[in-house]
Amino acid sequence: MSILGHEVRRLEDPAMLTRGGCYVGDIPMPGALWAAFVRSPLAHARIVRIDTSAASAAPGIAGVYTGQDLGCPEHPAVFPHLKPEWMHQPVLAHDQVRYVGEIVAVVVSEDRAAAADAAELVEVDYEPLPVITNVEESVTDQVLIFDEAPGNVIATVEAGPGASFEECAVIVRQRMVNQRQSGAPIEPRAAIAAWDGERLTQWASCQGAHPNREFLARAHGLDVSDVRVIIPDVGGGFGSKGRLFREEVTIGLLARRLGRPVRWTATRVEDMLCLPHGRAQVHEVTIGGTRDGRITAYQLEVIQDCGAFVLFAPILINSTGRMTTGVYDIPNVGYRGRATLTNTAPTSAFRGAGRPEAAAAVERAVDMFAAEIEMDPVEVRRRNMVPAFDNGYTTGVGTIYDTGDYERALDLVVEAVGYESLRQEQARRRTEGSTRLIGIGLATYVEVTGGAPGGEYGSVELLRDGRVRAVSGSTPTGQGHRTAWSMLVAAGTGVALEEVEVIHGDTDRVPASGVTGGSRSTQAAGSSLFVATEKLVDMAREEVSRMLEASVEDIVLDVQRGAFHVVGAPARSVTWAEVAAAAPEPLQAVSDFVPASSTFPFGAHAAVVEVDIETGRVALLRMVAVDDAGRILNPMLAHGQVHGGLCCGIGQALFEEVVFDEDGNPLTTTFADYGIPSAAEVPSFELVDCETPTFMNPLGAKGIGESGSIGSTPAIQNAVVDAIAHLGVRHIDLPLTPERVWRSIHTAALR
Amino acid sequence: MTVNGSAKEHEVEPRLLLVHYLREVVGLTGTNIGCDTSSCGACTVLLDGESVKSCTLLAAQADGADITTIEGLASGDQMHPMQEAFREKHALQCGYCTPGMVMAAVSLLKEHPNPTEAEVREGLEGNLCRCTGYHNIVQAVLYAASPGSVPERNAGSVPERNLGVSA
Repeated sequence: MSILGHEVRRLEDPAMLTRGGCYVGDIPMPGALWAAFVRSPLAHARIVRIDTSAASAAPGIAGVYTGQDLGCPEHPAVFPHLKPEWMHQPVLAHDQVRYVGEIVAVVVSEDRAAAADAAELVEVDYEPLPVITNVEESVTDQVLIFDEAPGNVIATVEAGPGASFEECAVIVRQRMVNQRQSGAPIEPRAAIAAWDGERLTQWASCQGAHPNREFLARAHGLDVSDVRVIIPDVGGGFGSKGRLFREEVTIGLLARRLGRPVRWTATRVEDMLCLPHGRAQVHEVTIGGTRDGRITAYQLEVIQDCGAFVLFAPILINSTGRMTTGVYDIPNVGYRGRATLTNTAPTSAFRGAGRPEAAAAVERAVDMFAAEIEMDPVEVRRRNMVPAFDNGYTTGVGTIYDTGDYERALDLVVEAVGYESLRQEQARRRTEGSTRLIGIGLATYVEVTGGAPGGEYGSVELLRDGRVRAVSGSTPTGQGHRTAWSMLVAAGTGVALEEVEVIHGDTDRVPASGVTGGSRSTQAAGSSLFVATEKLVDMAREEVSRMLEASVEDIVLDVQRGAFHVVGAPARSVTWAEVAAAAPEPLQAVSDFVPASSTFPFGAHAAVVEVDIETGRVALLRMVAVDDAGRILNPMLAHGQVHGGLCCGIGQALFEEVVFDEDGNPLTTTFADYGIPSAAEVPSFELVDCETPTFMNPLGAKGIGESGSIGSTPAIQNAVVDAIAHLGVRHIDLPLTPERVWRSIHTAALR
Repeated sequence: MTVNGSAKEHEVEPRLLLVHYLREVVGLTGTNIGCDTSSCGACTVLLDGESVKSCTLLAAQADGADITTIEGLASGDQMHPMQEAFREKHALQCGYCTPGMVMAAVSLLKEHPNPTEAEVREGLEGNLCRCTGYHNIVQAVLYAASPGSVPERNAGSVPERNLGVSA
């Protein structure tokens, strides 16, 4: 029996539990200097003068540098084709600042505290400029972040033919805010740069070694072979650590100049300011259809807050557009997404990156449509879902889904949550005049994950002692790659789990890698290791056929014993160690697997909330999740991913919002102001498994890392509105704070 | 002070925090730092057997105290039952909050040997995790308190719970 599909405990855990992981900040680096950054306190201003003299004279300071001092270096664009050519993105701002937290100088010292102290002594004179932080005002041209971008719009994506509402008996319109969130991994960013002659080594807390290396090489004008990036344990990423940071370029410049390693570890304030935020969209949704519940038209207009520079926002509006219609069959559809600049920190990917936003829009729209025609939202979903398919479905915006059975996910969640009895309980409390009302909310989602375009590097090598080394391009930020990869290799070879060595996250030891994002690891990197393992077994069979003087077609691998024999003659077997000893050269197989296209996991989430109508407080009582990510290698790890995603989605629904005042001052710069959920604010989760394999890869696997955060947010939002809909509330924007809920109830009462 | 059973004596700056002392002077990097406001609990250690956030304390204030960090919890090769429970219930992913979370959980069970789920959740409120959604952390603490009381993990099962709405 294969171990695949079983709950194998993690190989990572004993070390992490007994001595802690080894993160960038834990790496000893004798002789290293600490960098501390001076950041702009203004959201938009011209830099008139920077005086570093007092800081330079402070005790223990090795140097103080401005952008001018370092030659005004440019930060390498993540996607050069998406960044307008005129847009300069300086590593250190030298003439103008465009958001609070932008780097204007850096201080270096042997002592971390001394560097932080001296950073306070750098004097910068600013000439304030008008500020714009609101995306809807940004597109009206009042204030320009860059003179070259009229209307501040730097990217537009359109999809679908454009919806016509002429024949709709019912039309519902709503503006919705999908608020800005912080990725907030508990490990703040950290990096170390060290030069050996003309070769740079950087230790990074990031989601992909080779992309990081490529950006660093570009920033420093080096060949990629002269840069090594090492990723030790990473304390969470969630998309926000997906790309190279300006601080990482800066410490490399300093280390080269000073001839010593330079390191930096962000404070939480620095991460809340500058770790790229996610979501940050405003939606204008229009949905139309018939009185008997058929949705016949849907239009989604999105304004994406790009922040002051272009990181990833054009990709976000693209992802949202691809998923516009969700699980519904709506050919009469239109989408337009615009990314606009504001005086705020740049936005990038956060757990879902454009897909949760699409799901939130359509799932709220469907509920509002259902409320308008007074039909049960489960029934409206059923009447409009794409029927089950196993060989592709093309949506109204032209996205091709692989496999799906949305109604099954809906059936499972409706049954698991006990929908009918909850409706009775809801009615009972309303009748009794309770001030604590029950709401039930659903979201049925489909999202896009995966390996395309391009796969992920994977090779498997038989070591001389019979152990197997797996080299993967995909690096973990907590997912359990070592366990999953060891399982794949062990299942294919019969070698014990502990005899598999897994290598990742080092550009000198791994030939190529992508970014661990888009829920792609298992389907892309896992499939590569699966294919490479099959190849290695074939290579070993060749070797065994020589050893046993038999035809290679007759050599079989007994996976239970981890040994080869001639078919029908198991008495004489050859172990992996014997193959390794006999092979003239070490056997190594490299995968050639490239996924043909993306995969489309789906599911249905149900939330049960209790709304205290006297205070507006929402208590999330239950969260039921059906997540179908195709074949599951290790249900324990997969469930863990769902749990984490649900919690991020709950955070977006109820608590989290990165807020700026109208002058662009960030108001949420600590975990005291920005509340990610604690254990006390979330329930235990109820998961129901559902497995609809994909044909896009040999494992049949789709991504599971982000799905939890995609259905949960609109499910909770729908539940809260459902609880108080009879009081006249139609919609409440995220996050559903007590104040917002209370105001909605009272505003509705006044109408 | 005593750190994981061994005596430590250093002259330190008055402003040095206990967490920086442990990490940078003693060299025990298992204890992590996740925020600047004592909100996240990643730096939680045991001081004379009780959990404290080691960023809220100056090293000098811990003079003479008995400190236990994640590195000092196991007995030789034998993991502490809480460490075992975290592994058994998959209560860690990236591992960054884990040392603090484990120490907080050890302290919690010392005060409430048989907590309810709600008590575990309230008790761990000061320790933030972004990976696990807390589900498996709560399961692990309940399991450490009473291994028989927590259902075995099993693919596809709906966890037993009584948060039904009519309660």
